[in-house]
Amino acid sequence: MAKRGVVVIDIEKCKGCEVCLAACPNQVLAMSQEVNTKGYHYSVKINSNCVGCASCAVVCPDAVITVYREK
Amino acid sequence: MSENLIKPENLVYKKTNVLTDKVMHYCPGCGHGTAHRMLAEVIDELGIQEQTIGVAPVGCSVLAYYYFDVDMQEAAHGRATAVATGIKRVFPEKYVFTYQGDGDLAAIGTAETIHACNRGENILIVFINNGIYGMTGGQMAPTTLPGMKSSTSPRGRDVATMGNPLKITEIIATLPGSYYVTRQSVHTPGNARKAKRALKKAMEYQKENKGTCLVEIVSNCPSGWKMTPVESNKWMEENMFPFYPLGDIKVPQ
Repeated sequence: MAKRGVVVIDIEKCKGCEVCLAACPNQVLAMSQEVNTKGYHYSVKINSNCVGCASCAVVCPDAVITVYREK
Repeated sequence: MSENLIKPENLVYKKTNVLTDKVMHYCPGCGHGTAHRMLAEVIDELGIQEQTIGVAPVGCSVLAYYYFDVDMQEAAHGRATAVATGIKRVFPEKYVFTYQGDGDLAAIGTAETIHACNRGENILIVFINNGIYGMTGGQMAPTTLPGMKSSTSPRGRDVATMGNPLKITEIIATLPGSYYVTRQSVHTPGNARKAKRALKKAMEYQKENKGTCLVEIVSNCPSGWKMTPVESNKWMEENMFPFYPLGDIKVPQ
């Protein structure tokens, strides 16, 4: 079984561009219904399929995603 | 629970400290942010943060000095390579890079860019090509594709009256002073990692005093192209890449 990972998203810095959604191979991310203080829908984790590949974090233009993976 | 994984020893990716915590002013989905981060990660990994001097252009990335936590100098429009030449000659042991867009590098700065490359100045030029003048409102740039709409070519670029797009990277590759010339993109994880490897190679060549290295990054402009970021990345793959093919253009012999 693939190693488990988790993403931590700095929602206040997210601009809701959705590039991370397109990059995620396991459809872990979706856009929030709520908006942050800038008025952007932000990226949220919707399931626990994350394997910690960091693809979302690599393409995030605003570097809002931090990724952890079990050893 | 996956939240138990949030421990320092499990960290696989976080924003590099070579980027400041300032929120970037770029539009959502703009490739500038990713390109900044790839370059910052290279500076971080090579451990040259204290020895790096960047030159910011005029254009969307004019505020790059707020985002890179290295010494930065602002240049007059298009003159970044000329300023970088001066800096590198005074501080030959420093790592000097310029970060320029297509309007800056390929239009007003054509002369400075070509002559700096022809002299083989030991600098890294990071060239962001999104085929448009983003900051001023999406006007036609030298790199705008044939038929591509912009605010000053609303019916599409007509090459008969507006000229052909300028492939300045290919021109620079023909000059004897340029050492490593490549074209990359940062819109997918794989491409971004490749672009990072190219930037790293270029910085390493600079250490060996090999000559001018130019890394072109074909990027998107969701606001200027009037698309969503994901649509603009797709449009870039379908339209920009056939005209500006990715890959190395000049590699060291």
